[in-house]
Formats: sequence, C-alpha cells, structure tokens
Amino acid sequence: MLHETTIVLISFLYLGVLFAIAYYADERADAGRSVIASPYVYSLSLAVYATAWTFYGSVGRAASDGVGFLPIYVGPTLMIALWWVVLRKILRISKQNRITSLADFIASRYGKSALLGGLVTVIAVIGILPYISLQLKAVSSSFTILVQYPEIAMPATIGATSIRQDTALWVALILAAFTIAFGTRHLDAAEHHQGMVAAIAFESLVKLLAFLAVGVFVTFGIYNGFGDLFARAAAQPKMSAMFAPLEGVAGGYANWVWLTILSMMAIMFLPRQFQVAVIENVDEKHVNKAIWLFPVYMLAINVFVLPIAFGGLLRFPDGSVDADTFVLTLPMAEKQELLALLVFIGGLSAATGMVIVETIALSTMVCNDLVMPVLLRLRRLRLNERRDLTGLLLGIRRGAIVLILLLGYIYFKLAGEAYALVSIGLISFAAVAQFAPAIFGGIFWKGGTRSGALCGLLAGFAVWLYTLLLPALARSGWLPIGLLDRGPFGIELLKPLQLFGLAGLDQISHAMIWSMIANVGAYVAGSLLVSPSADEHRQASLFVDVFRHTGGPGGARFWRGTASVPDLYSVLARFLGTGTADGVFHGYAAARGLRWPTDTLVADAELVHQVEVQLAGAIGAASARIMVGSVVKEEALSIEEVREILDEASQVVVYSHRLQQKSRELEAATAELRQANERLTELDRLKDDFVSTVTHELRTPLTSIRAFTEILLEDPEVEAEQRRKFLGIITKEAERLTRLINQVLDLSKIESGKADWVATQVDMKEVISDTVAAMEQLFKEKNIEVEARLPERVSSVTVDLDRMIQVMLNLLSNAVKFCDGLNGRVEIALSERDGSLRVDVCDNGRGIGAENHEAIFSKFHQVGNTLTDKPHGSGLGLHISRQIVEHFGGRMWVESSLGSGARFSFTLPTGSQT
Amino acid sequence: MNELESKSARFVALCMLGMVLFNYPFLALFNVTGSLFGVPALYAYLFIAWAALITLMALVAESGH
Repeated sequence: MLHETTIVLISFLYLGVLFAIAYYADERADAGRSVIASPYVYSLSLAVYATAWTFYGSVGRAASDGVGFLPIYVGPTLMIALWWVVLRKILRISKQNRITSLADFIASRYGKSALLGGLVTVIAVIGILPYISLQLKAVSSSFTILVQYPEIAMPATIGATSIRQDTALWVALILAAFTIAFGTRHLDAAEHHQGMVAAIAFESLVKLLAFLAVGVFVTFGIYNGFGDLFARAAAQPKMSAMFAPLEGVAGGYANWVWLTILSMMAIMFLPRQFQVAVIENVDEKHVNKAIWLFPVYMLAINVFVLPIAFGGLLRFPDGSVDADTFVLTLPMAEKQELLALLVFIGGLSAATGMVIVETIALSTMVCNDLVMPVLLRLRRLRLNERRDLTGLLLGIRRGAIVLILLLGYIYFKLAGEAYALVSIGLISFAAVAQFAPAIFGGIFWKGGTRSGALCGLLAGFAVWLYTLLLPALARSGWLPIGLLDRGPFGIELLKPLQLFGLAGLDQISHAMIWSMIANVGAYVAGSLLVSPSADEHRQASLFVDVFRHTGGPGGARFWRGTASVPDLYSVLARFLGTGTADGVFHGYAAARGLRWPTDTLVADAELVHQVEVQLAGAIGAASARIMVGSVVKEEALSIEEVREILDEASQVVVYSHRLQQKSRELEAATAELRQANERLTELDRLKDDFVSTVTHELRTPLTSIRAFTEILLEDPEVEAEQRRKFLGIITKEAERLTRLINQVLDLSKIESGKADWVATQVDMKEVISDTVAAMEQLFKEKNIEVEARLPERVSSVTVDLDRMIQVMLNLLSNAVKFCDGLNGRVEIALSERDGSLRVDVCDNGRGIGAENHEAIFSKFHQVGNTLTDKPHGSGLGLHISRQIVEHFGGRMWVESSLGSGARFSFTLPTGSQT
Repeated sequence: MNELESKSARFVALCMLGMVLFNYPFLALFNVTGSLFGVPALYAYLFIAWAALITLMALVAESGH
C-alpha cells in the first residue's frame, strides 16, 4: 500500500539525495576538481528542457492529436544544428562580458540599458508563470492521484478545500525553500552553480529512466510490442484517425510549422535553457558533443509517448481518466505499485529540475536587472554607505524565488484548471520567443538599437498578453467570456483569438504570427528610425564582432576619465566581499609586474573596466554601470569618438591583413628567387661542362694535327707515300675541326635565338631525294644499300630549306656511320598523317640501348665508351637537328634496341608555321 | 578558420535539411492511415528522419579533430 506519508517521505528522501549530490559537486568544485567539466554532464543538464510537460503532458497531447507533441522536440534539434554558429557566439560574448542572465545579455548589448533589462525581466517573469504553474499542477495532481491508490480518481473530482489539502501550495512552498537552499547559499552568480548543474544532470537521468520504464512496461508488459499495440489501436476508428492527424485539422501543417519555430526559439531563450547552456557552461568545447547528445536524449524520451497514449486510450476508453495522467494511471491500473512510485519520482524530478533552474535564473534577473538598478538610483547615497551589500543581494534573490513560485501558484489557481499541460506551457514558449528578434538581431546586426529592442519587445509582449494571456484568464472565468466570442466592445475584428479576422489556425500559431510581425516590425523600424548612442554603438560592435575583438583590449578602449584606486576597491568589496576584491586587485597588479597594495596602482581605463566587468558578473551590466559611474568621473565619449575608435580597430585589422598579404608576397618572391638561383647555378654548371667538352673535342683533332706536322717537320726523310698519308690525316682532322667549330657557332646562334631562319614552302620529297643523291658516293664507298620510299605527293611544309637539308644530311651520315659494316642498309620513309609529315631514317647497325634514347640528343653525347671507341662525330649533330625540328613545331625521337638497328624519326606540321 | 567555416556551413545545411524533412510536403506523404513496420507511417517516418538527422549532426560535430 502507498500511504500518503510514505510518498511524502520518499519525495523528501529524493530531494535529500539531490541536495547531497549538489553539496558533493560544490565541494569538489571548491577543491578544484569539478564534476561538471564534462560534455556529458553538460548535455544532461541541457535536458532540463524536458519538464513535467514532457513527462506527463506529451502523452496527453498525443492522446488528442497523435504526433502533435513532436514539434516541441524536433524544433530544438533544428536549432541545435545552428548552435555551432549561434551558441558559440553567444557563449563567447557572455564570457567576455561576464553576462549573468538573459536580461543582462540583452541590456548589455543595447548600451547596458537598465530600462531594457527591466523590461526583459518583467516579460520573462510574467511569461514563465504559466510554465511554473504547469509544474505545480503536474506534481500536485500526480501526488493526489497516487495517494488514491489503488483507486483511480481525477483530482478535479476529489476536490481539495482546506489549505492543508492544497497540495499545489505546499509543493510551491517546499520547492521555494529547496531552491533557496540550493541556489542562493552564497553569492556566486558570476561563478557557476556547479552543485545545481550536477543535481540537474542527475535528475535528467532519473526522469529518462522512469519514463522509459513505463514505456517498456506498457508496450511489452501490457501489450506484445509495438506491432500488437498499434494494431489494436488501428482497430478503433477514433485512434486510427490519429495515425494521420495532420489532415483533419484546418491549418494542420501551418500549426506544425509554427510549433517547430516556437520551440526553436524556446530552446535558446527560455531563461533556464540560457542559464544551463550559456551561464553554467564551463567550456565552449562541450557544445560539440551536446550538439548530438542532447537531441539523442530528446529522441529517447519521446519514443514511447505514442504507445503510452494509445495504451491509455485502450485501457480507459470511457474518457474518465485525464490523458495527461496516463503515465501514472496505467501502472496504477495494472497494480504496479513500485513502477507507479518510480513514475511519480520521475515526474517530480522533471518538475523540480525545471523549477530550480528557472527560478534561480529568474531571481538573478529580478535582482540584477529589476531591483538593483532601481535601488541604486533611488537610494544611491544610503546604499553607498553600506559596507557589505552581498547580504542584500542574496536577500533580494531569495525573496524573488518565493515570489515567483507564489505567483506561479496564483496563476495555477486562476487559469491552470482550464488548460491541458502542453497548452499551458506553450503560452510561456510564445512569451520567451519575443526575445528572439532582439537577441538574433543583436548578435548579427550592428544596426539594431536600444529603441528598436524596446519597441519590438513591447509590441510583441502586448500582442502576447492580448492573444494568449487574456483568453486564458477569460476561459477560467476571471474575465467575461464574451470578450472572446464577440470581441472587446463588440468589435469582431479585435477578437483575441481571431485578431483582424485571421481564423483557421490554432491559438498558438495565431498568436505567434501577430506577435512576431509586431515584434520584428517594431524592432527594425525602431532601429532604423532612432540613431544609437555612443554606448550602444560600442556594445553593438563588441557583440557582433566578438570573434574579431578576441584577445584585444575590449571595452577598456572606450573609457576616458579619472578614478581613484581606493574608490574602485571599495565598490568592488561592497558587492563581492573583500576576499574577491583583493583577488582582483592582486591579479591586476601582478599582470603589470607590481605588488598590491604596497605599490601604487594607476586607476586607468583598464582597471576601471576590470572592476566594472567583475561587478557585472555579480549584479548585471546595467547595475555595474551605475555603480562604477558613481565612483569615477567619466568623460562621456561622443558617438564620433566611439566611431573613430572602432574605425581605428578595423583599420588595424585592415593593416594587419595587408601586412599578411605583403609577407605572403614576399615569401612567394623569395621562393621564385631561390628557384631562379638554382636554375642559374645549373646553367652555370652546364656552361662549364660545355666549355670543357668543347675544349676536349677541339683538342683531339688539334693533337693529331700537331703530332703529324711535328713528324713531317722534324723528319725530312719521310717517304712520299707516308707523307701523303700524314697530310691526308691532317687535312681530315682540320676539316673535322672546322666542322666542329661551325657546329658550335651554329648551336650558339640557335640557342641564343640569333639564328637566321628563312622559312619557305618546302617539298620534303625533294629535300630527301636531293640529300640521298648528294650522299650517293658515300653510300657506294661503304657498300650500303639505300632505299627511299616516297609517296606520290605530300603537302609542303614551311621550313628553312638549308636547315632541313642539314637535318637530313645529319641523320643520313649518322646512319652511314653506324650501319652494319658488311651488309649495310638504310631505309628512308616519308609519310603524311593528321596534318603532319613524318620522316623515318632506319639503319641496321648495332642499335642504341633504351637508356640512351634521350641522352643521344644532348650536347656532345657519344654512344659507347669514349675512351676505347674512336669518336664518330662531334656529338652536336643530333642536338642541333632536334633544335631545328622543334623550332618548326615538330618533334624528333629515336626507336631502337641494342643489336637491331635504329629508327630516327621526326615530324613537321604541314600547317603554315614559322 | 577555413575548417571552422566549412563546419558552420555543414551545420547550416543540416538545419535546412531538417526544415525540409519536417515540413509540408514530406509530412503529407506520410500522413496516411497505413502502417510502416507495424507502426503508424507518419510516426515511423518522423522518428527515422529524426534519428538520421541526429546521426549526421554527430558526424559533422565530431569530424575534424
């Protein structure tokens, strides 16, 4: 049996466990071994998104319109895909400016405006009240249902009259006490609430496990798996219609899309999501894993929603049981005591997680952005006299927590009964969505101004009040219902649920359309019409260009004035305590190589900025501004000066870009120079080789000429026969010398481009026949058979006739030189193909190895061992021939292998070329 | 910076993909009374598409280490 006392005891035991976890995490944090410095804990803490709404409400929603609960989780997944772009930027901005809350973020962006921060706080508090009331409703009704066990009765039919039986009030008070103990033990808004985050991550595990347990029990315990469950549901016409729920509803798809957009914004701008995702984030890198882990969590907690909804509808077909309670009533109906208790604890963890984080976030906003700015302005003198204000700050926060929970309770009493859980929550979603234009505009558009943000928020919030909050109150009987049916003063066009006659949408889509039009319109119009102040200009630049300003002097560049160090110290000590203040000043002095307080510090812009940022971490940007402003004499910068500073900054960026460009160019030039140098060295080496080879080649004939002339000169008795032979050798060597010198000259002319080319139309057939004829004598002497295979007609080529003859002579004399000594045979072939002529000269000599196919075309290359073989030529002929052919756009190569002759070929294009 | 930018572009593309998948007309294609693997077609489609999108997000998020 589940006694009321047992349930209460177990609930408190659970809260005690939470507290222990938080305490342990805080201890570890103080010891410097944080438990929350993990992407997994970060991802789990983000799952504070799943509240009692998810735990109980999704099933209720699914029982009425099938998959209609899903956009609330699909939307955030889409937004999270953009986190890499958006959240990283918000994180960077928040860390640099020590942002303490959503209101602080917006106020800080628009010139540290206290007015804007206050407005955001008011909207957030009023907007979130329905959401908090939802949690109270869920916990109290689940408690009321559970104590009836084994009976199943709805809270509405039981009726609680006395205060003692008013569970919701008790839940509100207990949660308030718990949150105060949890979140405001000491003043550390600037630091992270490590204990709270650890506890929230634990709660996320509990609620997921509890929900999965029910899901598995319903699907596989009561029914035989998904197939069986859905088959039975399909047999019921009412449920089978929910298989395709989007068709029946007018604007079904539009509603779906609006819900998706709404939850995309909610995941960013619900105060508690901003708190865990941004304020409590300890490492930007955790986002990387959370991007997919958190969506996996949402997917997992939603898998069993529809099965439970159908299971509930099948089990309680008469509609006596509220679908919002199926998660709890199904195990109860099956007499699963322990499971029912686990569900209750799961629901409790979902609700407490939300309430704790939400109220801590809201209380920080109320304190820093609503109460403190007012107090500092109203009673500035008296506050300045107080030595320690930390107590006051904590007091304000604790008061705010109690107040918010009581307001939530009042809303629950006023309007909670008339709506299902999801519908209550969506009203809050629509309220926080109003922050979207101001924040997205604020981080991506420098033109967004304070006036724009104020107008946008006011307009959007007004529409929200009129189209969502007013109908909620009217439906609960607190305002005349005629307001909804006939419109105010009977004006049909102004009906809150069909504003300007827009019908056919559900309440949320309708409100979103009008509020977004009003909000974005007013934001843009206000921003364009009213020019920003210097402060706004500066903040806009710091926010939008946050990744560019990283590492720079930041906000300190924009301050000019006089201040005294003791004043700055005392203002810091008043809000943060002397310990923290000492730490800040120590750090500041150490960074400048000084000791504090022995050395004198200069209260320069950097120090003032440091103090302001530290203060902002505790009391928000707007309040910090006021406080610092009260102890320093500040010279206001004109907007032109701010612009100048910004321009300077951007010019520095431009200069540095240019510098980088220059240095890149320089590097490229250096590389080119190095290459050129290498080429020159190579050329130099080639030239040396050339000179030494030429010298060597010249010396060989010279040596023999000199040797023979010396013999003839010294020995007059040489026989006539011998003498003639010697003279013959001398003549031949002299001829060789001349030829060599001619070729060297020729080569240098060609290579330096100074050669005279006389290009005419030449018939290669003639060139070949002429050269063969000219060499006929030589062939005969060597007993070489010559065959020239020439076609009837070939196209003419545009070349230098003499040079072509030179090429042919060279190839033929080469062939003669290397032909087989006994049965020499040379074949010449001319052919035309694909716009070019091809000449082949084949011999049947000893051939050339593949390794020498390219080398023989280089200068002075002689095939074979130059030491043992007598050189057959200058070694320049083939090189020059190839140069000539290439000059006329052709190609020359050799095909050969050792022992099977060689085929020298070249081509010449037949088109007109020079 | 280049790697960061291409990662951003991939995430934006995934968001666009999600907006297409979870919108008319894809929803309308599966908004039928039939079943897919014994599960209502629309329900099955939404969860499969959702899981696929998350898988892609995980791949992009964990790439480039």
